[in-house]
Amino acid sequence: MKRGAGQLINFRDNARRAIENPTLRRAMRHATESFRQKRSDAIVGIPFEEWREQASELRRTVIGDIKGYVDEFAVNATKRGAIVHRVKTAGDARDLIGAILKDNGAKNIVKSKSMVTEEIHLNKHLENLGLRVIETDLGEYIIQIAGETPSHIIVPAIHKSREQIGRLFCEKLSCDFSDDPTVLTNTARKILRQEFLTADAAISGANCYIADTGSIVLFTNEGNGRMVTTLPPLHIVVTSIEKALPSIENLPLLMRLLPRSATGQTLTSYLSIITGARMPGAATGAKQLHIVLLDNGRSEIAKGPYREILKCIKCGACMNVCPVYGMIGGHAYDSTYPGPMGVILSTLLNGIENAHPLLDATTLCGACTEACPVKVPLLKLLYELREMRVDKGYNQTVESLGMAGFGIAAKHAHIFQAGQTSARALWSLAGYLSPLTVNRLPKPTNRTFRRRFS
Amino acid sequence: MRVQLFATCLVDTFFPETGEAVVKLLRHYGVDIGYPKEQTCCGKPPNSAGYRKEARKAAEHFISVFDGTDPIVIPSGSCASMVKNHYPDLFKDDPKMFRKAEAVARRTFEFSQFLVHVLKAHESGFPNGRGKITYHASCQLTRELGVRTEPIELLNSINGAQFVPMKNADRCCGFGGVFMGKMPEISMALADDKVDSILETKTDIVTGCDHGCLMNIMDATKRRGAGFEVKHLAVVLAEAL
Repeated sequence: MKRGAGQLINFRDNARRAIENPTLRRAMRHATESFRQKRSDAIVGIPFEEWREQASELRRTVIGDIKGYVDEFAVNATKRGAIVHRVKTAGDARDLIGAILKDNGAKNIVKSKSMVTEEIHLNKHLENLGLRVIETDLGEYIIQIAGETPSHIIVPAIHKSREQIGRLFCEKLSCDFSDDPTVLTNTARKILRQEFLTADAAISGANCYIADTGSIVLFTNEGNGRMVTTLPPLHIVVTSIEKALPSIENLPLLMRLLPRSATGQTLTSYLSIITGARMPGAATGAKQLHIVLLDNGRSEIAKGPYREILKCIKCGACMNVCPVYGMIGGHAYDSTYPGPMGVILSTLLNGIENAHPLLDATTLCGACTEACPVKVPLLKLLYELREMRVDKGYNQTVESLGMAGFGIAAKHAHIFQAGQTSARALWSLAGYLSPLTVNRLPKPTNRTFRRRFS
Repeated sequence: MRVQLFATCLVDTFFPETGEAVVKLLRHYGVDIGYPKEQTCCGKPPNSAGYRKEARKAAEHFISVFDGTDPIVIPSGSCASMVKNHYPDLFKDDPKMFRKAEAVARRTFEFSQFLVHVLKAHESGFPNGRGKITYHASCQLTRELGVRTEPIELLNSINGAQFVPMKNADRCCGFGGVFMGKMPEISMALADDKVDSILETKTDIVTGCDHGCLMNIMDATKRRGAGFEVKHLAVVLAEAL
């Protein structure tokens, strides 16, 4: 199932395997249905459309001048004692983070959830350097001990059932089997508490960074983010350049939209605003705060026709409503970011030459676009990327021949009719060649509507 | 009143009786129907698959065939959305064609939209209905055209029939045009979910405004041995006249 660098994503086979996995199907159905319900309950009785419009405008402003906001943030964060690093590529980010940890003699590292560190495959790199890295978000912890990758950007272990997690804990953590979420959470909590207390460095992501105060902001539900960012003496924040908010005054808007869209909560359980390193005399906070702002192709995306994908605030609402994602889960996409936003972002970040099969992972139903809290025109981008695939020649030859034939028939009713007649004549053959498609359709009639109309 | 009817490929090729139901209904309201014989396909399949050039050919043909000022009625949400939303976009770099595309888009109505907004058919209602009916809200109809209430208003105006809403009515059935051919496993699994939603309603008929979806649902219905009928809204309404 794992794909080497530069290899084509085999989405169809991955999806087929997912469809044949009843445990996965049940887990996905249960989780996505519940998130959809909670989200629709959470947007009742509030001016959701008005907030969406405001957030969309705000994010559009940001992606129109990413460099400007990065500059402003860097000045303000530096003033407060943070060390800001701008990195171009995933490799640069890995090397830099590895070097910071090595220079400080860090051995035991606790992490709170960060999709950008997944994007740059950071954990593997750090483990290769001989460092011990522990994920502390419960979902991330589950998939870390399972040796897997997140299958959802907010709910990394969404694909696992309670029973599976119970068996996993039983096997890897040598505890008694239980599928009771409270028991399982307590097991993880006990182990992680010790990790927080002994860690000598922390790595976290950021839901956004604030240009005018130089702050980074974390929305979490388990409190692990707070432990990670306050206990160890060294804290490295890894985030991407497009996640700016111009001002701290914009934060309430994000606080209203993000939890509602992500999990259907009206408010996040923990909100951490971290501004600079620990000040002399202060009781908490990391003594050394590094903030790594990753580009990894985003500056280029921001200049191009698909730039609006960068408005995304990574809430996962598009995944929860996507019929395709809900059926197969995130691993079938074989990319850091799955679901509708993932199809678009992965195609742009990984290159269409590797990722183009993902463009078939949509029925173009538009549910994602309707759910997006910052009005990313996901449906429009999906249409446009399919056009890009054809323009660049990553479509199938037989399909493009068929479409060329279509182009001729569409212009001439008599050719079109001849096509209908031959489709009827060749129907059994077509069914033999393509049973899963043709045999699902009724046979073409010999008395078409155009013949019947009078 | 005079309209031009675009039957759509699926109605023309697979479901001519739906076209006949549309004709029967429109004539019932005194509408004079023109059926341009040169019509082919709206270009939705190439447009969805990313073949802009081929989609444009179909659009140019449609625009030249459906000239004049009469409203254009289409018994499909996805084909109507193709004309109303995608045609102008296909010609955004060609001012002359863009104007024509916009004019055609303005004249175009999805069938239930036309029945409710122009003919007010839901106000006079339908006298001879029967059984319990549920409704699948197809994607382009709902989210691209914003036609959400019209089919339900029509169903609720059928005397003798009972409309029963289904769970997740506007969730994709898995048809998705080229998707059903490229990702048949996901497509069939989604259609199975749709059949489950329909079965939960314990209705006799499922209806909708798009034969693409209805075809996919019919296949799943057969595969599952489910007992309900699958009919286009035009057929349901024409039978209740």
